[in-house]
Amino acid sequence: MPSLTTALLRSYTAVVAARFRLLLQYRAAALAGVATQIFWGCIKLMVLGAFYAAAVTTPPMTFTAIVAYVWLGQVLIGLLPWNHDPELQELFTSGGVAYELLRPLDLYWFWFARTLAFRTAPTLLRMVPGIIFATLILPLIGLPEWALPAPASMTHGLMFALSFTVTVMLSCAITILITISMFWLIEARGLSTFMYGVVPVFSGMIVPLPLFPDWMQPFLQYQPFRGLCDVPFRIYSGDIPLSMAGQEIAFQFVWVVILILFGYGLIARARVRLVVQGG
Amino acid sequence: MPQILVEGISKTFRVAERNPGFLGAFGGLFHRRHRSIDALRDVSFSIDEGELVGYIGPNGAGKSTTIKILSGILVPSSGRCEVDGRVPWKERREHVASIGVVFGQRTQLWWDLPVIESYDLLRDIYRVPHSRYEHTRDELIEMLDLGSLLDIPVRQLSLGQRVRCDIAAALLHEPSILFLDEPTIGLDAVSQLSVRAFIKQLSRDHKVTVLLTTHNLDDIEALCDRILVLSDGQLLMDGSIAELRDRYGDGRYVAVELESFAAVAPEHEERIVERSDSHILFSVASDVPKFIDDVLSNYPVKDLLVTHPPIERVVATMYQAERIEH
Amino acid sequence: MIAAIRLFGRLMMIAIRSQMQYRNAFLLMVLGTFLTSMVQAIGIWALFDRFGNLGVWSVAHVAFLYGTINIVFATVDITARGFDTFGSSLIRTGQFDRVLVRPASPVILVAAREVALHKLGQLLQGILVLIYAFVTLDIDWTIGRIALYVFAVSSMYAFFYAIQIVRATMSFWTIETLEILNTISHGGMETAQYPMSIYKESFTNFFTYVVPLACVAYFPMVGVLNMPDPLGSTLLTQSLAPLAGYVFFAVCLSFWIFGMKRYQSTGS
Repeated sequence: MPSLTTALLRSYTAVVAARFRLLLQYRAAALAGVATQIFWGCIKLMVLGAFYAAAVTTPPMTFTAIVAYVWLGQVLIGLLPWNHDPELQELFTSGGVAYELLRPLDLYWFWFARTLAFRTAPTLLRMVPGIIFATLILPLIGLPEWALPAPASMTHGLMFALSFTVTVMLSCAITILITISMFWLIEARGLSTFMYGVVPVFSGMIVPLPLFPDWMQPFLQYQPFRGLCDVPFRIYSGDIPLSMAGQEIAFQFVWVVILILFGYGLIARARVRLVVQGG
Repeated sequence: MPQILVEGISKTFRVAERNPGFLGAFGGLFHRRHRSIDALRDVSFSIDEGELVGYIGPNGAGKSTTIKILSGILVPSSGRCEVDGRVPWKERREHVASIGVVFGQRTQLWWDLPVIESYDLLRDIYRVPHSRYEHTRDELIEMLDLGSLLDIPVRQLSLGQRVRCDIAAALLHEPSILFLDEPTIGLDAVSQLSVRAFIKQLSRDHKVTVLLTTHNLDDIEALCDRILVLSDGQLLMDGSIAELRDRYGDGRYVAVELESFAAVAPEHEERIVERSDSHILFSVASDVPKFIDDVLSNYPVKDLLVTHPPIERVVATMYQAERIEH
Repeated sequence: MIAAIRLFGRLMMIAIRSQMQYRNAFLLMVLGTFLTSMVQAIGIWALFDRFGNLGVWSVAHVAFLYGTINIVFATVDITARGFDTFGSSLIRTGQFDRVLVRPASPVILVAAREVALHKLGQLLQGILVLIYAFVTLDIDWTIGRIALYVFAVSSMYAFFYAIQIVRATMSFWTIETLEILNTISHGGMETAQYPMSIYKESFTNFFTYVVPLACVAYFPMVGVLNMPDPLGSTLLTQSLAPLAGYVFFAVCLSFWIFGMKRYQSTGS
């Protein structure tokens, strides 16, 4: 279907361009956002470093793996799916969503493209200075032990890239569920607040998941949010051995498929509901 | 000594410019260009106690800037300004206690509160003694017919009701001067009339000095003996409406009603302002009697009326004339 | 002065009543702030569970810091809401002009304009954690320690309030929301949840001499808890340190007054 692909591509690039412009216009905010990321990264490393220094037993991860985990998390924090595209929210509050249903496009993928833009544009922009700081500046100012290390090997790097691609899809698949929930909730602020509490903890953004108590590990292991940070970050540092990497990426992918099917089903139901009740 | 004295006031703003386009936004990260805007240029006027003055001009002419300077919100770049012998921005608190301000499109009432509670709160803010406050409040409630609105939360009021409540709110502390910024904007005809009637009464019976900013020239015509016309930061005119007409509104409008539809000769055609079936409105610049003769002898006239051109047209003519001069 | 306080109280009451008109949304948001601040606590708990203690600091000691700071921070959020939304709801809409035509202090009118009652969730969470710390720690509450604790809490309040004022003041120059100050407020709050001694010297110095966060939180709390301080503070410096919070407040307030003057000359 070339027409669908071009339509999606066009809507993607249009939204990316609009986002970039908005972000660049608010230059002070963009710079401040980067500074904030770096600040948080440093604080996290100091806190975790203090715990590692005081550790009595051997922790489940090396500190180098922790450093990679923290910086990748700070740099890619914008990908966490806890909020949703405010323009799509606008569609629901204004009732314009009925028009969306009339478009000769597959609504799920149309929104998926928009969501992809909403998620990736700010992250792409803010990633660059964060990475520069974490790889180049930290060693220069005499803190090489805090610097983001290179991937454990070339193969780890490639596997990370693959895993990360699935992470982006996973993030979009979750974000879009928040959007779809508005067919029923109209306003997703409550759900966003809830996600804001859940996602950072269960993805590993607050504390790397392996550091949580051992009895929680079986549960943490299988929940979908782990695919957002924990899997790609630990593949990067080699904390997940290469032999396991394929299996872990497959785990991420299975969740992507499940969530996409779920979202797809929900949109179909919403469409029926909208047709029956007349919006 | 006039109550409001403005002498040679100028105000210049510096505005940051953004470059258009993608690269422009990137460039904005590093440096920004600024450009100066003269909102007011050497404006002088004075207003005596009890006057009701209309302040008109196109959007961006500097009307709001003037009001803000007079209320002590803004400091002018140069020039002198005194209200009741005080420099507004230097003795801001004393000054604002003796003025009332209504910004037509924004409310000063608390959105979620019943009107009466906003009033009680304003009493505390302005520290009006209780007995005095009750007297003024009841009088305002009666004059503006607010009795049935007092217990309704402001967000549930219609615009017309809200504006009336807002005007009362600006007068609870019995200011001697009232600045009204677009008080009738967006109001329906009935509300406009009642607001106008109130302003007139306030000026006549209570001798409150009123400076009225508006786009609605009906307000001006109904209320003001004197108008200040501002354009592009400069004062174009300070005088009565009659003077305005003399200068820019000579000529008459001739409204004609025909017995039956008739074609109009080309030399008359170009004077038509409006036409609907048998009603025609002509604008006649000079020699009105000859024009009327022509019309009466050429067309089946049923009725004929000669009027002043409406004030909008006079003002439009003036703006046009002044723009050409610049 | 008394009239000003009375006016402040009345405005506050009215702001509270306005919020109470949207009860369901309010309750949902209270729950939301409770959960959000719970997230941080879970992180701290997980680390202590994994590593045991942080040197001489046990989980209860850190809970004492955490609880106190969260309570103060939530209280500031609740009472400084008017400054928090200053840029978006007063400057951008031009409503600040309305504040300026009132014969009362703009600081009071702005401060009491809004109350963020939904932060009660965070406040409640902080109280629960603090209760846990009190029960577990068994602190020897002498008069001196109580006095120092109260002094520290009040100066912590002044400190975080001052940051909100600075943030609002920035709106006189730019309409952009400045996340950078979040680094100092939210970031500062989370930094101060752990003992300051675990951080690098440059950080500690920044948060002592530039932005006196350590002076209002860490140093006096070390005194109250009677902990050893690797940073070398004595009981005397610990007791005097909270003064810095008040000085910081005064500096920030003069910045606000400066900003207001500028607003009056530019009207931006």
